[in-house]
Amino acid sequence: MATTYTPGLRVSAGTLLRKTRRLPLKGEVLVKVGERVSAEQVVARAQLPGKIRTIKVSEVLGVEAAEVPGLVQGGVGDSVEAGQLLAEVRSFFGLFHSECRSPATGTIDHVSGLSGFVGIREPPAPLDLEAYLAGTVAEVLPEEGVVVEAAAAFVQGIFGVGGERRGEIYVAGERDRPLAGDEIGEEARGRVVIGGAQASWAALEQAARVGAAALVTGGIDDADLIRFVGHEIGVAITGQEQVPFTLVVTEGFGRMAMAEQTYRLLESLEGKQASVNGATQIRAGVIRPEVIVPLAQEAVPASEEETGRLAVGSRVRLIREPYFGRLGEVTGLPAQLVEIETEAMVRVAQVRLAGEGGEVLVPRANLEIIW
Amino acid sequence: MSIPESVHTIIATDCGSTTTKAILIEREGDQFRLVARGEAPTTVEAPFDDVTVGVLNAIGELEELTGRSFLEEGRIITPRREGAGTDLYLSTSSAGGGLQMLVAGVVRNMTAESAQRAALGAGAIVIDVLSVDDGRVDYQRVERIRSIRPDMILLSGGTDGGTTSHLLDLAELLRAADPKPRLGAGYELPVIYAGNREAREGVAEILSGRVRLITVDNIRPTLEREHLGPAREAIHRLFLEHVMAQAPGYGKLMGWTSAPIMSTPAAVGEMVQAAARDEGRSVLAVDIGGATTDVFSVFGETFNRTVSANLGMSYSVFNVVVEAGLENIRRWLPAGGPPAGELRDRLRNKMIRPTTVPQTREDLLVEQAVAREAMRLALIQHRQLAVGLRGVQTTRSVGDMFTQEGTGASLVDMMALGLVIGSGGVLSHAPRRHQAAMMLVDAFQPQGVTELAVDSIFMMPQLGVLAQEYPEVSAQVFRRDCLVPLGMVVAPLGQCREGELALAVEAGGKRTEVPGGQIRRIELGVGESLEARLVPGRGLDLGAGRGKELNATLKGGVVGVILDGRGRPLTLPRDEAARQAAMESWLREAGAW
Repeated sequence: MATTYTPGLRVSAGTLLRKTRRLPLKGEVLVKVGERVSAEQVVARAQLPGKIRTIKVSEVLGVEAAEVPGLVQGGVGDSVEAGQLLAEVRSFFGLFHSECRSPATGTIDHVSGLSGFVGIREPPAPLDLEAYLAGTVAEVLPEEGVVVEAAAAFVQGIFGVGGERRGEIYVAGERDRPLAGDEIGEEARGRVVIGGAQASWAALEQAARVGAAALVTGGIDDADLIRFVGHEIGVAITGQEQVPFTLVVTEGFGRMAMAEQTYRLLESLEGKQASVNGATQIRAGVIRPEVIVPLAQEAVPASEEETGRLAVGSRVRLIREPYFGRLGEVTGLPAQLVEIETEAMVRVAQVRLAGEGGEVLVPRANLEIIW
Repeated sequence: MSIPESVHTIIATDCGSTTTKAILIEREGDQFRLVARGEAPTTVEAPFDDVTVGVLNAIGELEELTGRSFLEEGRIITPRREGAGTDLYLSTSSAGGGLQMLVAGVVRNMTAESAQRAALGAGAIVIDVLSVDDGRVDYQRVERIRSIRPDMILLSGGTDGGTTSHLLDLAELLRAADPKPRLGAGYELPVIYAGNREAREGVAEILSGRVRLITVDNIRPTLEREHLGPAREAIHRLFLEHVMAQAPGYGKLMGWTSAPIMSTPAAVGEMVQAAARDEGRSVLAVDIGGATTDVFSVFGETFNRTVSANLGMSYSVFNVVVEAGLENIRRWLPAGGPPAGELRDRLRNKMIRPTTVPQTREDLLVEQAVAREAMRLALIQHRQLAVGLRGVQTTRSVGDMFTQEGTGASLVDMMALGLVIGSGGVLSHAPRRHQAAMMLVDAFQPQGVTELAVDSIFMMPQLGVLAQEYPEVSAQVFRRDCLVPLGMVVAPLGQCREGELALAVEAGGKRTEVPGGQIRRIELGVGESLEARLVPGRGLDLGAGRGKELNATLKGGVVGVILDGRGRPLTLPRDEAARQAAMESWLREAGAW
């Protein structure tokens, strides 16, 4: 196996981040290379083409489809208002009258003498793309978007729900114990709340009540997560949920202390503006949730060498039973395959567990490097 | 086509969503054998954006393993020269999410179902099926088409000469939706029209300038006939010309291969059909992956494939919980398993860290329980689609058929089934082959006498594409190096009370009795066989009729012959403690514990 362990999540006090901000369709870029942008600033705009509303005119008027082009008042490209007369027929010297009115305001997109349909395209809607990250425009992708660059502290979570939010970092709970509801005060409104080892249901409720922008926690119970989003999550593709605040889980499901390094970093950033996104995609092209805090200093820290290679001395998180959630340090990487309790022959690492527990053998696939 | 004498070395790769696998096959005397297998992460995404990087890395592993040279200046050396390189290079691919299709037909149970079979058989993932009677109103259909961004659309409906109005309406829906392809903003979405020939011109006029329209023969020219070949060929061709050509690096890869690249499931389907043909019996095959579970079957002359897009062992593991229910997973666990809440959290943690492997026996049992449910559900979906043609007994016009009840019976006959082939990590890499056998038996519940096998290292895709060029070479490697014979399972149909005789097997001068609700196993190795007299319990059926004896040749394998007296359909004890004890006893008897 070329890669037999999970590369791990990034937790960095200072790194040069580049975020590509791309419109879903071609549009206009509003900023220039080198320009400073705020997180809220609109950097590109597109016109979403209006939806086509169709109406089967032949059926409404009771005529053959082939007659429709001759009956429609106006041609393709002409503007129409909702309710405007689109076509009509009169018969028996005007005694019987049928009419068909436009279902929407827009332009006539097509008129079919084959099917009897007429399509009305609604007006385009503007779509604004924000910078999300305060920084400098490093690159303009003509008609598509920009790349924003910033020196920033960066924390990747393991799972999240909810989309892009912004707010000041506000530390509410301890690293290694569950976050209680009453630990979140009114001052958390609009802020990014940093919790502890588990976001209890009471904490989730309270964060929603005070209007927090986001909540970052070590662990969460699956039952509470489902209650929070209001539906089951079968596959980990998230970010579109209609939730009161964005949730970022840094360690996993159940009660799990936030990794020391992650917690200390977030704690040191209290009061600073953060950009948070809960979007997660655990498929090919993996996307993890993130907390980004742009740093004030203009001097960009040297980009860290993150090779992701497991080596003796690597600090690791154990991510599967029976040591799930424990932290440790790699003390050996035996080359030969080793039989584990399941009777499978796998490549293992020898790990000295932090705290009590001594040294254990763990499949390399069940380790996550802590950067 | 027989293989030229000059061909000595063949390399084939399968570019999966996450891993690219390369196999090296070489001539040994007058036979071909698997020599080595290498793998590397697939590189269709940033920072590489080029599938060939992963291909070269996987072949680089073959170089390391064999000490030979197959690459030169970032290319595969072909043809072979002075011991370096390969005579043939072939590839399959499911990278980038495979081929995602939307199918549309007039009547859900008829043309839409035929269209679905055509698309699935060509290796596609069907992301939605539109039909005039699908219970949605037009704006909902339009919204749906807009949101899913398929790679390709198959539009069908109506028998030749029938009414055209519903087809024109479907074409209007597509025009209104103005669908955009998933990959590559700059190319036109391919739409294959395979419906009533009378509507061709009208459909072409409506869709003109909006999509790239390709017209092929009707998939249902008459109610009595399904004609999927031309549509499937068009799907294969467009997959290469349009979809694959948009994927990063595929233009280069297509220039390297000695034959067209195939979609992975289409290649596996080729192998399953070849196995059924060569062995002259019905075959059911399952490939349980991380994200999806594919089921293939050949019963009689009919091949079917279905893909359960969100049933799998890693990315989709929690969706199995959602679809099957947690209790249905827990029922396969002996005593000592985690409580319900912890089990949910544990499976969630597998979902977010999908590459981890079970380290404890308890965790292994949990994964194998999930696999049973994923395969059980995938088979249910397969049975629903692998049916005879509906609507053949009456001749009505298409317009009259909305009220017609389905008449198609499932083709999947577990008593007639001759061979079950299991593939995918949880089966191929089960620490004991006995566990793979029990997962297949519990999930599929074969009846009568059925042979079991697993794909040793998942090389059916590569052998499938090889079979397109040189079927005899593919067949040699398939039999000798790909399939691991597990043995057989003998299971009577019907229910038997606990303690009463469910099955007796007389063979080699020995009689083995299996009481109801229990399992026994006869050790019988690979290549060994036994002539046996099989006696079902009272009222039970082994394929010869209720209570009737059967003479059969029992074939051995790495597991042997599992005698399953638990009855069909399989019912588990209601009481939790009794069920847990039964599970442990079954696993022990089968050698899986």
